Amino acid sequence: MATRVNFEIAKTHLLAKPRQTLIAMLGVTFGIGMYILMISFMQGFNEFLEDTLLSSTPDVRIYNDIKTDFSHSILDEISDTGKVLNVIHHPKPKDITPDIKNSSRIIADLKRDERVLAVSPTLATQVFYVSGPVQINGSLSGVNILEEAQLTGMYDKMKTGKIENLLTIDNGILMGHGLANKLNVNVGDLVTLATPKGTAMRFRVVGTFQFGIGSLDNVKCYVNLSKVQQLVGKDNQYVTDISMKLKDYDQATEMAAELSKRYGYKADDWKTTNASAMVSILIRNVMTFVVSFTLLVVAGFGIYNIMSMTIQNKLKDIAILKAQGFSSGDIRQIFLTESVTIGIFGALTGLVLGFILSSGVYNLPFPKNDFISITHFPVVFHLKHYAFGMGFGIITTFIAGLMPSIKAGKIDPVAILRG
Amino acid sequence: MKTEISTKDKTKVSPVGGDLEGAVVLRANNLNKYFNEPEEFHVLKDVSFEVPRGQFVSIVGKSGCGKSTLLYLLSTMDTDYTGQIYVNDVLLTGQTQNELAKFRNEHIGFVFQFHFLLPEFSALKNVMLPAEKLGKYSKSECEDRAYEKLKWLDMQNFATKLSSKLSGGQQQRVAIARALVNDPTIIMGDEPTGNLDSANTQIVFDILKDLSKNKKQTIIAVTHDNEFAQNTDRIIEMKDGEIVK
Repeated sequence: MATRVNFEIAKTHLLAKPRQTLIAMLGVTFGIGMYILMISFMQGFNEFLEDTLLSSTPDVRIYNDIKTDFSHSILDEISDTGKVLNVIHHPKPKDITPDIKNSSRIIADLKRDERVLAVSPTLATQVFYVSGPVQINGSLSGVNILEEAQLTGMYDKMKTGKIENLLTIDNGILMGHGLANKLNVNVGDLVTLATPKGTAMRFRVVGTFQFGIGSLDNVKCYVNLSKVQQLVGKDNQYVTDISMKLKDYDQATEMAAELSKRYGYKADDWKTTNASAMVSILIRNVMTFVVSFTLLVVAGFGIYNIMSMTIQNKLKDIAILKAQGFSSGDIRQIFLTESVTIGIFGALTGLVLGFILSSGVYNLPFPKNDFISITHFPVVFHLKHYAFGMGFGIITTFIAGLMPSIKAGKIDPVAILRG
Repeated sequence: MKTEISTKDKTKVSPVGGDLEGAVVLRANNLNKYFNEPEEFHVLKDVSFEVPRGQFVSIVGKSGCGKSTLLYLLSTMDTDYTGQIYVNDVLLTGQTQNELAKFRNEHIGFVFQFHFLLPEFSALKNVMLPAEKLGKYSKSECEDRAYEKLKWLDMQNFATKLSSKLSGGQQQRVAIARALVNDPTIIMGDEPTGNLDSANTQIVFDILKDLSKNKKQTIIAVTHDNEFAQNTDRIIEMKDGEIVK
């Protein structure tokens, strides 16, 4: 009963000065609105980036890393260490083949692993693309294209042609869109590939792809595995990388460590491969939270200010209420109710504002760009962001209103009534 | 004076809280109060008195004599004193602020010099608030009671008006209605006519007089208006923190 009276008083106070109430509310509204906009946009961008990265890099990649550690020599193992000092000047790596030995067994083994969704053996090599007088340095991957497509989701990334053409057309090549532009070739054109060892072969372009990452689209091509083995003059077991897609990509890190140990080759998970991108995602997340938090805290200070002023203006009223038997707790409740009401309505309108703004950004066309394949700004609409905004808005206003309310409760009515 | 208290005590052995006219509703024993700021000052010196039911008491004295201080002690809002205050034989000294707030709500009505209505509320709502706070009656009952009090003070036509839109005399009448709404044991006034012109002073005085005479309402008012004081049942005159008469 008494509580209802307090609510009624709070309501009357808020409605008696609609402009002041509105301004206090707008502080929260803009704070929450900007938070929603920022988090939706940043999160959208992060998710877009993560998707792009994931589609272009395998979850785990096993490869034969060239050793550059010359501190230990094989001489040390055959001579009496301690008595003899072996000094080798200018050590150079041996002309080793960077392939994975016994690759077919490893692939068969991985295919039995329950955590693995798809496995694709790859033979990667450096090549020169030659089309008429133009020569461009790039990289070539020999793959079983259907397995590779399972890993990368290449079906969606094709600009022209189809990936199946690689299987039906002899000496076909799938070329990065940027590279094809540079070479000025289209589907059906011929292009010559030359290896650093001097061998060369002619391929016919059967399709172009665009991952949205310049470092791939401008340098990379896919051809059938056997053709690359032929190009570099190796046998049909010769494979340099084994890429795989996992059922749960969060397992990649531990699995990479496990596979590296089991097979004795280096294994990188997608997080390691994209370390710099992961760092930038993290930094963006932190920034989003810092900026949003600042906005909400500023809104909180606004409320604190307005509540303090209101209470300063209402000293007489507080004294009167106390004289009539309203306790300190009642007074606290009245002013806290006012501040939280401002918070609730401010946060609600803030959510609406945030939704409208992020919808607006979502519909903005993304500046046309050859490197990033999106048409509009990436924005996500997650319910949890809205729930968090609401909760944070209410908590901020509660805390902002708490101190002035406690102060109001402590006001000594006698001092004010006596003047 | 002490002997007087004891004799009065004897006259009131009969049922506590009974409707007996003359039963003591307010008793103050040896009230002492000091101000510490700006320097220590003995404001009230061993003040003792009692007020029987239905009496209209005025407290007079020069400014600084402690009459307002005394009133605020009796009002239970100021708890920084020594001595005892009883209302209806209930010892109020030493009770917590929350208990006192509840007690004030039910037993003490206030009328201030500057009428002190809540400006955002209508006259009726101003009167209703203490009743709603009491929690004894439903909202519609509170409204009926408030309206009835306003009507008794001839203010029913202004019930829905915003209190800040009323004239001084009208506001003071609303304030009296508000003081009456919970049928308090005592009405306390701090210069209730101090801010009014003579016509309104007369109206307010007549209302208070009528209350004490016909409704047996105990009233204690601090005033420096001699004419006002002369017409009350009893004058307590204070000087330098002591009751002189």
